[in-house]
Amino acid sequence: MSQENGMSRRAMLVKLGIFLNGAVGIFLAVPIVRFLLSPVTREKKFGYESWLSLGGLEQFPAGQTRLATYRNPVVNAWDGETDSIACWVRNVDHKTFQVFAINCAHLGCPVRWFPQSSLFMCPCHGGVYYQDGSRASGPPERGLFQYDYKVEDGKLLIKAGGMPTPGQPVANKVEGKATCA
Amino acid sequence: MRLIQKVGEWFDLRLQLGTPIRETAEHPVPRETASWFYVFGSAALTCFMLQIVTGILLALIYVPSAGEAWNSLQTLNHGIALGWFIRALHGWGSNFMVAIVLIHMVQVFLFGAYKFPRELTWIVGVLLLLVTLGMAFTGQIMRFDQDAYWGLGIGASIASRVPVIGPWAVNLMLGGPIIAGATLSRFFALHVFVIPGLLIAFVGLHLLMVLKLGINEWPMPGRIVRRATYMQEYRELTHKEGIPFVPSAVWKDILFSGFILLAIAACAVYFGPFGPSGQPDPTIIQTAPRPDFFFLWLYALLSFLPPSAETPILLIAPAIGLIVLLALPFFAGEGEKSWKRRPIAVLTVLLIAVALGTMTHLGEHTPWSPVMDAWSSEPIPQQYIHGRTALERQGALVFQAKQCHNCHSLDNRGGKRGPALDAVALQLTKDQLIRQVIQGGGNMPAYGKNLSPAETSALVAFLETLHPANQKPARNASQVDALGASEVSPR
Repeated sequence: MSQENGMSRRAMLVKLGIFLNGAVGIFLAVPIVRFLLSPVTREKKFGYESWLSLGGLEQFPAGQTRLATYRNPVVNAWDGETDSIACWVRNVDHKTFQVFAINCAHLGCPVRWFPQSSLFMCPCHGGVYYQDGSRASGPPERGLFQYDYKVEDGKLLIKAGGMPTPGQPVANKVEGKATCA
Repeated sequence: MRLIQKVGEWFDLRLQLGTPIRETAEHPVPRETASWFYVFGSAALTCFMLQIVTGILLALIYVPSAGEAWNSLQTLNHGIALGWFIRALHGWGSNFMVAIVLIHMVQVFLFGAYKFPRELTWIVGVLLLLVTLGMAFTGQIMRFDQDAYWGLGIGASIASRVPVIGPWAVNLMLGGPIIAGATLSRFFALHVFVIPGLLIAFVGLHLLMVLKLGINEWPMPGRIVRRATYMQEYRELTHKEGIPFVPSAVWKDILFSGFILLAIAACAVYFGPFGPSGQPDPTIIQTAPRPDFFFLWLYALLSFLPPSAETPILLIAPAIGLIVLLALPFFAGEGEKSWKRRPIAVLTVLLIAVALGTMTHLGEHTPWSPVMDAWSSEPIPQQYIHGRTALERQGALVFQAKQCHNCHSLDNRGGKRGPALDAVALQLTKDQLIRQVIQGGGNMPAYGKNLSPAETSALVAFLETLHPANQKPARNASQVDALGASEVSPR
């Protein structure tokens, strides 16, 4: 057993082995991490949002707020019903629309529209919004999330694709105003 | 019998496990620890083993796919012999496991078991609490019904509030832009592989340390833990007057575990399995999502935090709580173990128990949520309409039609979001009522845009009648002076 610089041949081979495994480990970690981060990197590359049709304008009478559904643009075959997303469409005056996310701006529960009192109410923690989506009461810090919309060939289109959350509201950011009616 | 002995000897010659197992089983423990207070750890382990067995059984049928999970649970409930019972055992086993882990934690805390030299045992125990709660949370997502779907929405909304990386965290948690197939698949991987793996590893470590360091002795007031002398004192306690764990102490563990299994089975038979509730179809919005029992307190907390403080509290409080739990053995590693000499410890436990209990109770009743169908399902009590004028009755109609009843109760029926209005006329004058209805405020929406002047007059006329017969309604004293009593005389 030869001693060189206070290190035996075998000890050096052990270190070499550990180094080799470490290097391979780092080499393997790169694809593993990239695999795990794919939901994030995919959004950065392609984005999740696109223009989707909610149907003909005749479904949304002026002055009313109606429930509409659309199929999410990014889907897997095994998603079942979870691809169908609901939203509230308010036809303000036949030219102007407001398309609200179904998700409460507090913690994402589905808000319900009450036409009699012109309020959106959330069943989870009691968030309430006025008909224009602005916050009326309860724990939400802002108004309802709104989608960008456009009208093309008599159809209402919205830009959607991701679940709106307080940290990542949909494209058109409308902050809740404390309206005093 | 000779044959069994021979087979045993054959294996033992090769495995060489007989002696260490016997030594472990018969290791001496302090006499007083053969107590009913020391049975919760083994009971938690028993629950975990039941969860493993029933979990594997459920996995024989369950399909971890967003499109099929709900249907496969229906098959388990209705299509397969005793599938409902296995689901019920797994569901109730989960509730019992969380409860017993919490009781075990309170017991070791009050008995000072986290002190020297068992600091690491406590820390691994805290990690075990976290993974147990992780199992409970991911388990309710396996049910993949409406509650699971919107529960994930709540989780994503909380995750999104993390500064800077919030949106990334949401995509990572959901496995994509929305709650869908990828979401259930990754939570299945967590529930079935990742977290149980951690749980098994931590349980192994926890048990190893209990065996190596010995079970915490029964705390005696005045017997102070000191790093320099504790090991010696403990050795004397176990070797001079100790008793062998098997059979002197273990029989209570075995009996209690058996009792717990029986209780789980009884609950499973009597109450049946949990859900699933409605299909996970996000276009069905007639739903009031609710988390499982052990997360109700959090659900309640989320409705009481002031909006501006919510995000910092949600993100920082859990970290502080965890740090306190993990650091506990380091700033209280020595000293008195007995709860009789640790009043702050006892008060802390009581305070947390009362707070969690109250929050859970509130979470079960959700007084902060409007009762979505009260306006159409809860009539105005008869005594509030009887003998009233046409205008006042019209006001009662407005009260119903404008969904006031969803947030305000009459005769204890209807929403609890706003104050009960049975005696509102005692507190607010006519002018104040008009102002409150039109402008809102104090967490009430403004109804000015949604009520015509005629509707407002009728509604306020009705509200003015809401006072006990023997008490006069509120009046504006200055108006009396200015206009004379006859102008403002209350009815």
